[in-house]
Amino acid sequence: MSRIEKTFSRLRSEGRTALIPFITAGDPDPEFTVSFMHGLVSAGANLLELGVPFSDPMADGPVIQRASERALEHHVSLLDVLEMVRRFREQDSHTPVVLMGYLNPVEVMGYEDFATAAEEAGVDGVLTVDLPPEEAHDLVQALRSHALDPIFLAAPTSNRHRLEMIASAASGFIYYISLKGVTGAANLAVDEVARKLDEIREVTDLPLGVGFGIKNAEMAATMSRIADAVVVGSTLVSVIEENASEPDKIRDKLHDLVHEMRTAMDRA
Amino acid sequence: MEKPDYRHMPDEHGHFGPYGGLFVAETLMEPLEELREAYEKYMQDEQFLTELDADLQHYVGRPSPIYHAERLSRENGGAQIYLKREDLNHTGAHKVNNTIGQALLAKRMGKTRIIAETGAGQHGVATATVAARLGLECVVYMGEVDVARQEANVYRMRLLGAEVRSVSSGSKTLKDALNEAMRDWVATVDNTFYIIGTVAGPHPYPAMVRDFQTVIGREARQQMRQMTADLPDALVACVGGGSNAIGLFHPFLEDEGVAMYGVEAAGEGLETGHHAAPLCAGQPGVLHGNRTYLMEDRDGQIIETHSISAGLDYPGVGPEHAWLKDTGRVQYVAIDDDEALAAFHTLTRTEGIIPALESSHAVAYALKLAATMKPEQKVLVNLSGRGDKDMHTVAAREGIKL
Repeated sequence: MSRIEKTFSRLRSEGRTALIPFITAGDPDPEFTVSFMHGLVSAGANLLELGVPFSDPMADGPVIQRASERALEHHVSLLDVLEMVRRFREQDSHTPVVLMGYLNPVEVMGYEDFATAAEEAGVDGVLTVDLPPEEAHDLVQALRSHALDPIFLAAPTSNRHRLEMIASAASGFIYYISLKGVTGAANLAVDEVARKLDEIREVTDLPLGVGFGIKNAEMAATMSRIADAVVVGSTLVSVIEENASEPDKIRDKLHDLVHEMRTAMDRA
Repeated sequence: MEKPDYRHMPDEHGHFGPYGGLFVAETLMEPLEELREAYEKYMQDEQFLTELDADLQHYVGRPSPIYHAERLSRENGGAQIYLKREDLNHTGAHKVNNTIGQALLAKRMGKTRIIAETGAGQHGVATATVAARLGLECVVYMGEVDVARQEANVYRMRLLGAEVRSVSSGSKTLKDALNEAMRDWVATVDNTFYIIGTVAGPHPYPAMVRDFQTVIGREARQQMRQMTADLPDALVACVGGGSNAIGLFHPFLEDEGVAMYGVEAAGEGLETGHHAAPLCAGQPGVLHGNRTYLMEDRDGQIIETHSISAGLDYPGVGPEHAWLKDTGRVQYVAIDDDEALAAFHTLTRTEGIIPALESSHAVAYALKLAATMKPEQKVLVNLSGRGDKDMHTVAAREGIKL
């Protein structure tokens, strides 16, 4: 059983929802990322999403774009991100790590080389935002052969046919984009999200994560009632941005925010 | 190897060999499918095509003439140079051929809002123009750097009623404007039509924009036959994203006697790294929804490009060009800033035609090429736009304040 599967099955038996924080690797400085990852886990995160910086993050809003820009000022590459995961694994062998990024850095490294290096580093899943299942065949094969879960997005615009295609390409979990827009966008309509999650459950038994637009503990708690996982990104990245000049404070602030969300979700 | 089937590309998934395709986030997949269906339906629809033709004739001023640049040919020596005068179109460039088509499609699809990205501002102006005419709300994204160097076009867009949004992320040029337009579209896709200005982006854009631009090549083929009783020996067009080039080349792809040259921007020189020539000096990758040749570093990050011409200042290129390069059907070459400027002056002084800086790249290469050919041979250059918008850039370069 993969680390991602184990995590979801343990949480399910405890009746809890996974909390998945997202941060961009190397933001605001590569030396802090591994420490932030451990801090997020100690605050109650069950799985980590680590953003791979890219020069042209087309599906991200301004907050995560700027995080990419800060990391790229330090020339953080895909190899550097894998090295961060390897260092994280020295002290944490149970928390799954999913890389989230864009295809081009992976394309340049080569699918097979990337999958080999990611497996060795201790990565568990890979979400390539600009790679729909139609174009994903070769990368999915490379990932699968290295025990890595290909994570795919589902969206409000995905019809039944697309959901089936996504379900058959994906493993680990499916990431449902809860609104039409970029990361960090406006408000969520909970009922609509719940309806769509029911529709996705008709085509898959994979756990369903919900992300894009979850801004606070209250929203995280609400979503935890209908989803198997709650993904929080822009809100955390904003904390990093606001404190970029004093990075020593970031770990504690991230901890407080994630802990608050975890507590609210467990009460829900 | 079997001869490639140039007429029936891309395949049903938008692939030109290994290039093209659909590389976007899931939210846009269904909207792009709807767009593909609408585009395929209306390209077979008599009423739509009649309306498009009428607009191209009465509003754009087509067919655009072909002009035999006799004095230029004589002074340059070698082959006869002919110019396809896209600069005489309404709004001053070939861009309007495509915006007319996409805006008609937007209306058919019931969209009330138009968005676009622009570099030099020509596509932005052409989009704002058709939006004004059809009464559609229009937002144009433009990099901060381009807003500064193309002030006149920014003002034109605003006069036409468009909102110009300055983009300050990344390199603040065309690629970032495209990112921002995509971000807008993903949130507004219910009522918004995204008019992409070049033959790049996710399927069906590269095919759709090409189909709207091939009017250039279809006319040119007929006009050259009428004027010279023959097809030209060579075609030359500048390539940024590559829409004017594919528009000219495509109807000639199966004419084996016609050589084709796509001219990229060598900026300060290919060897300096400060250029915008992905086909000549880049490598394949994935950006803006398609796989194609890109300007990127060894980590796969997109690098900043340089060209004196804002319209060529783009790190990618249409996927069909990537494929035509690999098949060897089209030769891709590069012209640097100084050569383009020299050609700008040469054409202006010898023929009284002021070309856009983008088109000046094509003219510069055509002059070099013609000089190696015989006087009875013919080179057809796509004069894709006029140079009025570039007055400030050229003057500033020569230390003149307007």
